[in-house]
Amino acid sequence: MGATVLSNDELLRHADRAMVLAQRLTEWIAHAPDLEEDMALANLGLDLLGQARSLYTLAGAREGAGRTEDDFAYLREAREFRNPALVEQPNGDFAATIVRQFLHDAYAIEWWTARVDGPDPDVGALAAKVVKETTYHLRYSRGWLVRLGDGTDESHRRTSAAVDALWPFVGDLFAPSDAALRPGFDDRVAAGFADATVSVPAGAEAFTPATEPSPLLVELLAEMQSLHRAHPGVSW
Amino acid sequence: MSVDRVRRLVDAVPDPELPHVTIGDLGMVRSVRSSSFGIVVEITPTYTGCPATEAIVDAVRAAIGEAGYGPASVEMVLDPPWTTDDITEQGREKLRKAGIAPPPEIAGDLEAVIDLPAPCPRCHSRRTRRLGDFGATACKAPHVCQACGEPFELFKPI
Ligand SMILES: [Zn+2]
Repeated sequence: MGATVLSNDELLRHADRAMVLAQRLTEWIAHAPDLEEDMALANLGLDLLGQARSLYTLAGAREGAGRTEDDFAYLREAREFRNPALVEQPNGDFAATIVRQFLHDAYAIEWWTARVDGPDPDVGALAAKVVKETTYHLRYSRGWLVRLGDGTDESHRRTSAAVDALWPFVGDLFAPSDAALRPGFDDRVAAGFADATVSVPAGAEAFTPATEPSPLLVELLAEMQSLHRAHPGVSW
Repeated sequence: MSVDRVRRLVDAVPDPELPHVTIGDLGMVRSVRSSSFGIVVEITPTYTGCPATEAIVDAVRAAIGEAGYGPASVEMVLDPPWTTDDITEQGREKLRKAGIAPPPEIAGDLEAVIDLPAPCPRCHSRRTRRLGDFGATACKAPHVCQACGEPFELFKPI
């Protein structure tokens, strides 16, 4: 393995990002505004779960200690998770879920696109497909962002409130090695927000990751891991 | 033993989510070879999150075993990744017959084809409307034909 492949820490950061967001999306199942949105959110979650599994499997193979995707997803403590805080944020109303998804997808498409011809061939092979999946996700989240933001007074109010609530977590999406992705993200977000007639909050990326895992993550993992802990070895 | 015969057996395994087509039609079978340890099959998964992947591996092993060519080892290869451009012409025809519009060719630019109107697999009209990007399965998008009035699904380009 050359020195240019992604570190396992970075692989886990992205696997955890996808896993935690997938878990949040599954909480919508049977609660979405209608059946079509129920299926859409479930499909997004399924894609993200697949991405997480592939990255966990790769991290396990490189670590060489025999850890499987299950071990990473279900047998780590909250303090070992590396996900950005944005994806832990509660579903809230549909507007909050859509804004969270849009911010995530705008970041994810930039990150995965940079991996396609990047120096890590294993991640690159995965990236070629994930970029296409994320293209659909972004089309969905951006489409709804615009319909809600540029919709009724009430949907506009809720969308703006979600943007204000979630914007502080944007800075934390970007690891130091992601700095080059920020301009592309900012352009996508500015264009999406403009179409949705919501404004980019000024400079409010005040969130600083805590040294302790957040109560939100602890609760989410307790839910996600409970089945596995109750039935060790249960299959996916 | 004939590797070609095993290849035909593997190609004929139905896709669990799209029973009208086989994994050969979808272009998922990368190679079948004979080694000193037995048959080795290389399969590429379609969707990253496809829960049917394990079922396909089991079905391939079973097909080879039942024909007396087992045991077989089935390996998943990710590189180069599968794309809907790998679906064979025979597979596309079977999809149309099943009322599913086959995906347009991507040729490296998904954004360029993602908004193309899907032709109705029944009456071939392009006066069709997409009802959403996500249907009951990840790979298909629900549509309705405005010419013949029938609902249908598009196999999404990916
Ligand atoms: Zn028609």
